[in-house]
This record gives sequence, structure tokens and C-alpha cells, in this order.
Amino acid sequence: MSLPKPTFWKAVMAILFLGGAYATVLRFTQGLGAATHLSDAFPWGLWIGFDVLCGVMLAAGGFTLTAAVYIFHLERFRPIIRPAVLTAFLGYALVVVALMFDLGRPYRIWHPLVMWNPRSVMFEVAWCVTLYTLVLALEFAPMVFERLRLGALLRLQRAISIPLVILGVLLSTLHQSSLGSLYLIVPDKLHPLWYSSLLPVFFFISAICVGLAMIIFESYMSAKAFGKQLELPLLISLGRVLLVLLGVYAVLRFEDLYRRGALGYLRHPGYESDLFFVEVGLGLLLPIALLMKRRVRESMGGLYMAAVLVVLGFVTNRLNVSITGMETSAGLHYIPKWTEIAVTGSIVAAGFAIFGLATKYLPVFPPGPAAPAAAPSLPFRAEQPAAAVGVSHVRA
Amino acid sequence: MSKAILYDSTVCIDCKLCEKACAERNKLPYNDAVSAEEVMSAHKLTFVMNRNDKFMRRLCMNCQDPTCASVCPVGALRKTAAGPVVYDESRCIGCRYCMLACPFGVPKYEWSKLLPRVRKCDMCADRIAAGRPTACAEACPTGATKFGERDELIAEARGRIAKAPGQYVDHIYGLEEVGGTSVLLLSSIPFAGFGLRAPNEPLPILTYRVLSELPEVVSVGGLLMGGIWWITNRRSEVADAEAGDRPAEKGGKSK
Repeated sequence: MSLPKPTFWKAVMAILFLGGAYATVLRFTQGLGAATHLSDAFPWGLWIGFDVLCGVMLAAGGFTLTAAVYIFHLERFRPIIRPAVLTAFLGYALVVVALMFDLGRPYRIWHPLVMWNPRSVMFEVAWCVTLYTLVLALEFAPMVFERLRLGALLRLQRAISIPLVILGVLLSTLHQSSLGSLYLIVPDKLHPLWYSSLLPVFFFISAICVGLAMIIFESYMSAKAFGKQLELPLLISLGRVLLVLLGVYAVLRFEDLYRRGALGYLRHPGYESDLFFVEVGLGLLLPIALLMKRRVRESMGGLYMAAVLVVLGFVTNRLNVSITGMETSAGLHYIPKWTEIAVTGSIVAAGFAIFGLATKYLPVFPPGPAAPAAAPSLPFRAEQPAAAVGVSHVRA
Repeated sequence: MSKAILYDSTVCIDCKLCEKACAERNKLPYNDAVSAEEVMSAHKLTFVMNRNDKFMRRLCMNCQDPTCASVCPVGALRKTAAGPVVYDESRCIGCRYCMLACPFGVPKYEWSKLLPRVRKCDMCADRIAAGRPTACAEACPTGATKFGERDELIAEARGRIAKAPGQYVDHIYGLEEVGGTSVLLLSSIPFAGFGLRAPNEPLPILTYRVLSELPEVVSVGGLLMGGIWWITNRRSEVADAEAGDRPAEKGGKSK
């Protein structure tokens, strides 16, 4: 349970940032051709597949939890709203950074806001991501206001919080699904194991799954790094929801493969079917099997393992849609250049570093005892939802 | 009326003068090395393909309902009434979605440039506006590439197939493909032999079907969430009141 050796991680980060700095110079002095392995046949690579598609997915915990607490009044989850909103805000900010690398003309990133094409999914995504990043900034703001003791601004933010949350959930629903819709336009290019008219639905449900998994993951990591952890019963509840959603996703996914007659592709071993099994094994089968065991579902370690598997599985899914599934039609294997990986690695490292700093200097985690979650008194306190008690009174 | 190009591969002699004329019009270098490249690129917007001495010209199909124009987030690509699908470089942000989406793999990118553009054939839109044929059609010595009104060229293509049915596959490529294109192709061997495949339905409907749900998602979703909040909020207000100040709440409830 000791802290990860700071010197080791600092060395890893230093190497990543050095590589990233070199790659950045290369990208902005020599162009995309020199800095990437992208080509006319393969115009979207790691920066879109991981940084954008996965980045937005990994940030989905924000809208999931704000909806649960503010709209559905599941007050038990209030203590984990802040880390989720912080992750989401960081995630979206870093997606914008990644786009500055990937766009051929990054200085025109604002063009979709003034040059409209409402028939374009990309146009809708651009608007939603812009607006949602603003919403997240406003949802994140109270942590800063509180720290700086700006009571007036805090009250102002509280007054608009409900419409803000509703707006955030709507925008997230739209663009999380629309990232899948982007690929509806390539029915003959994307491999049948992934091309489906349900792509937007799959992207939306999996975003919520990964959002929940990320909250469990962060809680565990924060406990290790900062001695701050969320109460286990809360995470157990999240684990239950995650299990149900994974089940729904799995049924939809396989039913869709069956209906489209695409299951046959799984009988031929090969590049695509191998990576399909990696995706489904990591993201669906293993975590579902784990979470169905009560002993696993109700332990921190078990939840953590399931969460990591879900994240890895759906990261594989996004990469399969954006890279694996597009390779055969492109007639090549795309392997990112090391400079692409260096930029992506630096962005991820920056995310971890900023998250760490924020939890250190801002009121992200609830104050109080940083006791280990297994303490017997804690579950008891959390299992007393005031609302439930109140409801029984009303009925009586 | 909408203009079009008719390319008849049975008349083509693979002289590549269309390639040369295209390069000149687009101020691109053209020499033996470029001439040998059998692939479209940012510096070669059309080429003649040779498959066992069967020829096929490739260029932007200038679709009637272009996928590239539908996916472009900034409207940099646009179908003109005259037929060409034109590109406005000053709007382009370089997202390359057009390249991903085009069913013919046409738009190409200036990967080596710091401020890259998308490059593709625009059917010599400026020449058409000035009442002239495309550079490739003007340069073609055999009439394999012919410029004219789309309706008239379709009629002519039908006539050629009817007159010499043994010489052609009975198919005008571009008449139906992706909802029709402004470039029409005739061939003596199946088009799949040149890697030319495409569904008959226009592709933009695939994404538009989903996008058109947007107003419903926003209005119904917004109302639904507002309503749920109203109910759950009321419920917790009641719960709070009962927990803290039971008599008052009971008095309120007795009506």
C-alpha cells in the first residue's frame, strides 16, 4: 500500500514529455507527413482513435454522475461528483489539445462555430464538444470558487446548476453517440464486425460503462496516491450498475452481429476476429464474469480489476472501430509513428499530473477521515438514504 | 442544366494527355515519373489505369449528392448547380473526414506541407463557368473523355451500348451509383475489375437519419430530465420537511 515511487514515475514522465516535446516541434515545423504515419489511404490514426474517441469516452463519468445526483437525486453519490467532473473537464480540455495536433489547420479550430453545415456529424460534434467543455468548466468552477472563498460566485453557480446539468447531459448524449455516428458514413470501409447502424447506441452505452469504471478506477488510484478514497458501498453500487449496463451492451452487440449475419466472421481466425475477441473478452466477458461474483463485486480489489478491464476493453473497441476495422479496406496496416505515440503519451501523462495537482490543491474529495473504505462503520452510514426514510413516512 | 463528363474506356488509348492537361490546369508538375504513377494523390488528380490493356480513368466523380460535402463540418466542399463539387480552401480546418468518408477514395491531402490543403478534381469549375469544357475533355484526342450536358451524355452512353452490345458491359457507371455522379463511365469489362464498387443509395442519408433525431433528443430529453428533477426534488423536499418539521408537513398534507 506504499506510494508508487515518485522518482520512478517522475523519470517516466520526464522521458514522455521529452519525446512529446520533440514530436511537437516536428509536427509544427515539418507537418503531419513527417510527424505521423498517416496517409491518403489512412487519414485518421492514433490521435483521432485514442486521443479523441477514447478521451471523450473516458470523460463520460462527469455527465453520468451529475445526472444521477442532480436529476435523479441519488444523494449518496454526491461525494464522488467532484472527481468525476474534474476528470471530465480535464478529459475534454486534453481532447482539444490533441485536436490541435491532428487538425491540418489547427488555428481554424473555431471555424465550425461560424461556418455551418448542419448535415455533418462532425459539425454537431464540434458544437457539442465546445459547449460541453464550457458546461464542464462551469461545473468545475465551484472547486476553485470554494478554494478562493468566493461565496457570491459560488451562490451564482448553485443557482444555475440544474439547467447546467440538464444541458450537460443532453450535449453528452448527443456527442458521445455522434462519435459512433461519424462511422455510419463508411458502410463499405469499416469491417462488418464493427459497422452497424447501432454504432451511436453502442458508443453511448459504452461511454456510460467506461465513465462508471473510471470513477472506480480513480477512487482506487487516489486512495493509493493521496490516501483519499470514496466509500466502498458507493463503489459497490456503481459496480452493480456497471454490471447491468455491460449485460445490456453485450446482448445488444451480439444480437446485432447475429441479425447482420456478421457472426460468421468470428469463425475464421484472423487479424480482425482476434482483436474482436480481445475487445469483447476484456470489456465484456471477463468483467461480467467477475462482477457476477458477489465476493468480487463487493471488494475494492475486485471492483478495481473489473473497472480496469472495462476501460481496456472499450479502449480496444474504439481503436478497433477507428483503426483495426478500417485497415483491410485501406489495404494497409497502420502502425503509429513513435512521435504520434509520444504526443498521446504526453497528453495522458499531463492528464494524470494535472489531476494529481488538482486533488492536492482543490477541494475535490470530500473532507473528513481518509480512512480505508473497509472500515465497518462507513458502509452503515452510507446505507441510510434519507430520501428512502422520507418516502416511507409519506406513505404512512 | 448540370454538366458531366462521359469517359468511354473502349475508345481510350492510354495516351495520358488528360493527365497532362489536368496537371497544367491545376499548376502541378507533370513528367515521366508522375506519368508512371497509377494512383491519385495531392499532385495527381486524375490518372489512367491499365489492367491488362483495359483502361479506366479515375477522377473525382463529382457526385450529385456528394458524401464529402455532407460530412464537411465547415462546408468547405460544395456541389454547384453546374455539376462540379468545389473545395473552398479558406474554410478547411484539415479534419480529413472527407477523405475518410468518400466512397471513391478521392480527396487527397498535402501531407508534406505545413499548411496542407485537400486536393481533388473540381471538374474545372472555373472553365465550366466560362462556358468551356474541362481541360481533360479538351485534350482528349480520341473523344474517350467527353464533356457535355449530363442528360445528353446519358442518352449518348445508352446509344453506344445499344449499338455495340458486345463491346460494353451493360452498365453506365455513375448513373445510379451513390445516387448518381457527374462523371459517367463505360467499360468493356466489369467495373469491379478496376476496383470500382459503390452502393446505389446516396451515403449522406446514413448520417442524416441520425442527425435528424437531434431536435427530438433535445426537446424530449430536456423536458424528461426537467420533469424527473421536479419530481425527485419535490420528494426530497417532502422528506426533509418530514424529517425536520413533521407537524407542519402533516398539516400541509391534510388539505
